[in-house]
Amino acid sequence: MTTNFMLVAFERPAIDWHAVAPEIVLLSVGVFITLLDILFLEKARPYMAALSGLGVLATAIPLLTLGIDGTERVLFDGAYVVDNFSLVLKAIFLLAGYLVILLSTNYIVEGDYWESEYYGLLLASLMGMIMMASSRDLISVFVALELLSIPAYLMVAWRKRDPKSNEAGLKYYLMGVFASAVMLYGMSLLFGVSGTTVLSEIADSIDAGNGSSSVMTLGIVFVIAGFAFKVSAVPFHTWAPDVYEGAPTPVTAFLSVASKAAGFVALLALIFVGFYELSNIWEPLIWILSALSMTVGNLVALRQTNIVRLMAYSGIAQTGFMIAPLAVAGNSLATGDQALSAVVTYLAIYAAMNLGAFAVIITLARRTGSAEIDSFAGAFHFAPGLTVAMTIFLFSLAGIPPLGGWFAKFEVFRVLATSGETWGYLLAVIAAINSVIALFYYATIARKMWADEPLESDLNSVEITPSLVSALAICVLVTLLFGIFPQLVARFTEVSLLAFGT
Amino acid sequence: MENLLDSWGLTVATFSPLIGALVMFLIPKEKEYEHKMIALITSLWVAFVGLILLIWFDLDATDRLQYVVDKSWIQAIHSRYVVGLDGISLPLLLLTVLIVPLCIVYSWNHFPDPKNPKAFLILILVLETGMIGTFVAQDMVLFFVFFEVVLLPMFFMIAVWGGPNRKYASLKFFLYTLFGSALMLVSFLSLFFLTGAESFVFSEIADNVVAHTVSRTAQLWIFGGMFLGFGIKVPMFPFHTWLPDAHTEAPTVGSVILAAVLLKLGTYGFVRIAIPLLPDAAVEWAPWIGLLAVIGIIYGAFCCLAQTDMKRLIAFSSVAHMGFVMLGISTLTDFGINAAIMGMVAHGLITGMLFFLAGSMKERYHTLEIKRLGGLLIQAPKMGWVLGFCAMASLGLPGLAGFWGEFPAILSAYSPANGLPVETFRTFMVIAALGTVLAAGYLLWLLQRSAFGTPKEEFADDPNIHDVTKTEWIAWAPLLALILAIGIYPNLVFRATDAAVDASLTPCLTINADESTHEEIESAHCSDVYGLSDHGSDHHAASKG
Repeated sequence: MTTNFMLVAFERPAIDWHAVAPEIVLLSVGVFITLLDILFLEKARPYMAALSGLGVLATAIPLLTLGIDGTERVLFDGAYVVDNFSLVLKAIFLLAGYLVILLSTNYIVEGDYWESEYYGLLLASLMGMIMMASSRDLISVFVALELLSIPAYLMVAWRKRDPKSNEAGLKYYLMGVFASAVMLYGMSLLFGVSGTTVLSEIADSIDAGNGSSSVMTLGIVFVIAGFAFKVSAVPFHTWAPDVYEGAPTPVTAFLSVASKAAGFVALLALIFVGFYELSNIWEPLIWILSALSMTVGNLVALRQTNIVRLMAYSGIAQTGFMIAPLAVAGNSLATGDQALSAVVTYLAIYAAMNLGAFAVIITLARRTGSAEIDSFAGAFHFAPGLTVAMTIFLFSLAGIPPLGGWFAKFEVFRVLATSGETWGYLLAVIAAINSVIALFYYATIARKMWADEPLESDLNSVEITPSLVSALAICVLVTLLFGIFPQLVARFTEVSLLAFGT
Repeated sequence: MENLLDSWGLTVATFSPLIGALVMFLIPKEKEYEHKMIALITSLWVAFVGLILLIWFDLDATDRLQYVVDKSWIQAIHSRYVVGLDGISLPLLLLTVLIVPLCIVYSWNHFPDPKNPKAFLILILVLETGMIGTFVAQDMVLFFVFFEVVLLPMFFMIAVWGGPNRKYASLKFFLYTLFGSALMLVSFLSLFFLTGAESFVFSEIADNVVAHTVSRTAQLWIFGGMFLGFGIKVPMFPFHTWLPDAHTEAPTVGSVILAAVLLKLGTYGFVRIAIPLLPDAAVEWAPWIGLLAVIGIIYGAFCCLAQTDMKRLIAFSSVAHMGFVMLGISTLTDFGINAAIMGMVAHGLITGMLFFLAGSMKERYHTLEIKRLGGLLIQAPKMGWVLGFCAMASLGLPGLAGFWGEFPAILSAYSPANGLPVETFRTFMVIAALGTVLAAGYLLWLLQRSAFGTPKEEFADDPNIHDVTKTEWIAWAPLLALILAIGIYPNLVFRATDAAVDASLTPCLTINADESTHEEIESAHCSDVYGLSDHGSDHHAASKG
């Protein structure tokens, strides 16, 4: 009897070890680093950055083998899925994570911050993101979200002695927790109506007629609002500028790219796998979020004098661009697939160009000691290489061909224009006008760097650390290559969630 | 040889400057001489390729795309790398490859502050890639990319090497053009979607539009988007305000390239894309385009009369001249569009030359304020004569290139295409003709004030004011010769453009030519015109056939 009972209770769900290999590798690296810190204390410190960087790269190996294998793997009754979509996103997260480690290396050493813990937390957050890419269940989405957020709250406050950083940490924490709460409430409503947490089953339940329930509507709105916090879409964006400014700049880079992307992944999974049929609810919502984010983000960015705050608002505007395709995604399955590819393409290109821009900001701020835009004046005279790189990133963000950003924007326009809906065209026109507004501040920075006289007479060239050089090289290369041969990125981002969801 | 040229000619011409720029990027900036040499050799090489392309170009079949290359580029969005050259692109391509080496020669010894020849020359070369690419691209997305590539180098050229007000001017230039092209892109995409075409290749889209799959309203809107994109670039009144600022602040070479080539991108867009692809909408829009064109002619001329700065005056004269070009285009006739292309080439040569002159005079006098100038013919007689020659050419003196741009454009407004209001266009014709009088007025007045009379006291004994130097002669002679040659024998240009323009209009405009008698109605597909067949893989074969 006892044995029988034990057997039933302890039936371990079948685990496809290959599918979770990336997570396991990353987890091991994280544990290993923590152990090293405990065992060797100070002696291990200098190796932390390199080790975590290698760890991230090692994680890419099982990812590659999974990609080559190419089969879709469904684990835990559909709660955790490894398909092309999740693999591409995991690759983006890993690349972003690796770049952030490169950016952090000297920053963290010089600031005399707690190095080992920093990398441990960074890896933990990365872990959450990688999990997020595969989560197709309300609970796994939530767990992944908390796993990626909680280390980020700590990292934002990493400059312990700086009140600004503390303020940023607290703000981010409170806002984040509030968003989580809203989201959880929404999830509980969804569960209440559909009786399940697995997204595809929620979709089935919607098909079965539960979609018309107003509780379901409320749940969807709450969940989307929760993630709108995460991706800093207007009107849920207020935390971003303060947090970005107060946080250590590499962490800001991490938040603005990886954390935002994670929010998007969850949003995509929820919308496409879970609520796709209820497009009459989420499409208008996304439309408003998108138009507002673009417009408000850009207009406020025009007035910024601090480059990090400017990047925060530009990031909000970029969010508006990124979610724009979703506003028409419910039109048809084909449009839906296109919208999904457009968002993923945007995320991939955005990661490269935005991290690149932050790499330049970190490097220049190391010299000028200030993040005021005016302090970048005349950078061409003391840092010509960095100026050229920054120019590439800025105009890529503005979407000028042949730099990567153009293709990202192009994809957005393509989806909006091919939707055939008046609303789609309208959003496309709003986006077109906004890309001009955005160009104003991007071009102003570039012009300052090229054409203005430097503030200081000190014209010695800037010292750039090797890790920053590699980060910059990767970002420049990716930005240019994706712009000139967009097929490179388009090949990988032609993914679909709908085939699976409906 | 022919084979090599067919498959590589245009690609080499387009990307050679970029390769030159990359090489220069790797050489440290102290080696100025090397930089200049590389830039010059690159641009000469491109000019040479252009010449070879011209020699092998089949002038009896200018209506067909030649040297067509059709390769896959971005499969995910059905955009292809399709380049080709026909009679419409050819003169503009040659203009580009001619102007760039001349600009490099001209700036050889006097780079504008803050010097840095490396960066300056790299920008010129990148600019060249963008310009050539725009003229040869046969795919909407490819066209858009090249169209935009041009913006960045010009922005920096103005922002870094420009005059005192450069920051404002550069940003204004950039924002205006980007605003237009962003809406243009939306138009392209909607057109692509609405036609249900399988690629962005012009001919394919044109076929699908001809097949009436796009509603009239949609066509009108889409044309409107393109109109903004191209019209701002031209620039047409009332979108012209960026031009005087950009021209005034840009360094000499920047102004020359801007006037000679960049403005043509807009008019070329109308001729190549907007009108052949959306003939129905073009007919609706044409009177409005014509109206804005004549307003531009008159307004530009009046502004010229009011200018006190020579460079700004020339800039406004561009607005007026491009008005003539747009008037020619708005008639939607073979005659008018031929005149427009001639006008583009002539304006490129003449106004380019005028900006060179303005630059050289600025260098000597350190001012271009017209009332402080004077007596150029005494102090620098050759230069005075060159200025006189260019002013005559610009005002449309018969026997010089400018005449063939202006006169036929005016004439073409007498009998616009079927479906266009004849009276309106005849009114336009009269107003435009008045514009030429005004043009003669402001140009002769300029000449009188700057070249005639005696030198002003402050410059009377200025040793700085010398006659045309050797480098200036090298840079200017080809332009002056061409202005004269085309003036005497306009067929140099018309020979290439005529058949191509005719072909680009006929099959598409027959839709509107219900009671057409003078134009034969062909049921030909637009892809025949472009020398492309319907199926991607056959494109190349067809072009050879």
